[in-house]
Amino acid sequence: MSGKPFVSLDNIGKRWNGQLGVEGITLAIEEGEFVALLGPSGCGKSTTLRLMAGLEIPDEGTIIIDGRDVTGASAAHRNLSMVFQSYALFPHLSVAENVMFGMKVRRVPKKERLEKMHNALEITGLHGLEDRKPGALSGGQRQRVALARAIVAGQKLCLMDEPLSNLDAKLRAAVRKDIKKLQSDLGITIVYVTHDQTEAMSMADKVVLMKDGLIQQIGTPEQLYSEPATTFVAEFVGAPPMALIEGAALEGFSKNQTLGIRAEHMEFVPTGGRLTCVVTDCEFLGAETFIGLSHERANGLTVKLEGKANMALGSLVDITFDNKNLHVFGPEGRRMKNT
Amino acid sequence: MSELAKLERRRRATYGWLLLSPAAILLSLFAFYPSIATLWSSLFSRGTRRNPVAFVGGENYADLFNDPTFWIVVKNNLFYAGVTVPLSMFIALSMALWANSKISAKGFVRTAYFTPTVLPMIAAANLWLFFYTPGLGVLDQIGSLFGLPSVNWLGQPETALWAIIIVTVWKESGFFMIFYLAALQTIPEDLREAADIEGTSRWTYTRRIVLPMLMPMTLFIGVNAVINSVKLIDHLFILTKGGPSDASKLILYYIWEQAFAFFDTPHAAALTMMVLLVLGIVAAVQFFYIDRRTHYQ
Repeated sequence: MSGKPFVSLDNIGKRWNGQLGVEGITLAIEEGEFVALLGPSGCGKSTTLRLMAGLEIPDEGTIIIDGRDVTGASAAHRNLSMVFQSYALFPHLSVAENVMFGMKVRRVPKKERLEKMHNALEITGLHGLEDRKPGALSGGQRQRVALARAIVAGQKLCLMDEPLSNLDAKLRAAVRKDIKKLQSDLGITIVYVTHDQTEAMSMADKVVLMKDGLIQQIGTPEQLYSEPATTFVAEFVGAPPMALIEGAALEGFSKNQTLGIRAEHMEFVPTGGRLTCVVTDCEFLGAETFIGLSHERANGLTVKLEGKANMALGSLVDITFDNKNLHVFGPEGRRMKNT
Repeated sequence: MSELAKLERRRRATYGWLLLSPAAILLSLFAFYPSIATLWSSLFSRGTRRNPVAFVGGENYADLFNDPTFWIVVKNNLFYAGVTVPLSMFIALSMALWANSKISAKGFVRTAYFTPTVLPMIAAANLWLFFYTPGLGVLDQIGSLFGLPSVNWLGQPETALWAIIIVTVWKESGFFMIFYLAALQTIPEDLREAADIEGTSRWTYTRRIVLPMLMPMTLFIGVNAVINSVKLIDHLFILTKGGPSDASKLILYYIWEQAFAFFDTPHAAALTMMVLLVLGIVAAVQFFYIDRRTHYQ
């Protein structure tokens, strides 16, 4: 969509008692997009989401949702739904009542209410659990009730605050797919907060990586992976993250540069490699094995090998790589050129 | 079962009984035995020099039912409970909702509301005695500013019980507020946020979410308030001594009077048994009915 974005944040700032919350957040979200706010804990991603939701009011900047300036508007007047990390289900109400709560408040006629509720429970696979209390549901089911409640509201924008962080790994992968499917079926815009880069990379159309209240990079998952804007992004995205090497350790690079390289771009050579490292660990993951290496002028060196591989810990090995796979970062950790 | 498992089981049983025994001994000594002794003595007549103590069965109880003062006292106590229980709970809930909201000086407000609870009832009663005193008292002083006549709040049958009720409500509300505050703080903030996003008004949120979630606490406080309406009579000694003409006399005060002013222990024992019975029923309702119904998590 050209022209005005669906949601736009312009230079948003929020501080608590002089302490930094978020600063200079400028972000444009198109309708129907799946945007992930990614970052370590305390980076301000949840704050950004709460500012969008209207649960916090920014100290500066403007927020526009669907062409309306909602900077000072209350949460109720922003026409959005939200899924909370704790799900925020009402414990004394049944699943059906939880889902219908908002419609009841808005005085939607009973018939329509029931219809929408059944529809939402159908979509989320909760049929037959209408009369259960949240206390009698499993974590995954509660999560689905929270989703159903958000769907029923019928809003075009849905905010999700780490909705999967209370689920176990297997369930997380399943619900991840469900959410993604839901989003494309309903055509809604989702802003999704997570600290898990796998979640962000696998679900999002656009990832916003934050650190210390500032946006580090906005881009597609591929952009973040293959063209990290800063060393922070390089070290945050990817499993394993990018290895960083001091510029002085390699010929042809200056001292104040930092070089990044991904695990799949390095290989072992018998002799005459560009770096000589010590093997520190072997991590076998089934299809591949990651060999952790240490070098005094590099950080997070990992080499990816196919299948099962065994290397003696503590042994010296030589590695090599192509210059075209190197990411060059300047003195402040900013990316210098595109490779 | 192997020897070892048997030994272990016996060891655990012994351990359990050892842990229980202090409470069991103290309760037997100071609660169970006195109750049974009271029941026993309520079945005997009062011994005088000419008529020795004799078994009379339910006669003491029958006497009470024929005693007009008993019925006045029962009526007083029912009225007293009927006003103090809902009123103090309502005020406690309102104060708690207010003290739990985002206000400045929250700590001060909470402390201020809790102060009456910390005061001993006797001290509080003396304080209120000063408020109520005709002519000198604060109430009359304020009244005289507006040209109202002096009122003897404690000295006339129409107002004495009300004066007592006000002191009780004043004393208990702060205490119950602390319970409500504790319950309110267990309600996660994000429920309110979730409701906000749905466009719920503050009143709807309170009525549909907060009050139902406070229900277990409300019932707990309710039972306690009912028990207190029988138990809490310290202020009667200072303020009215049950008078004038029994207008503010409550059951427990009446028992005390029977036992230690008129030395009629059998009738006092019979009265005590009836109070125990009623309170026992209240406690049973809490244990077997309410506790089961209000657990939703």
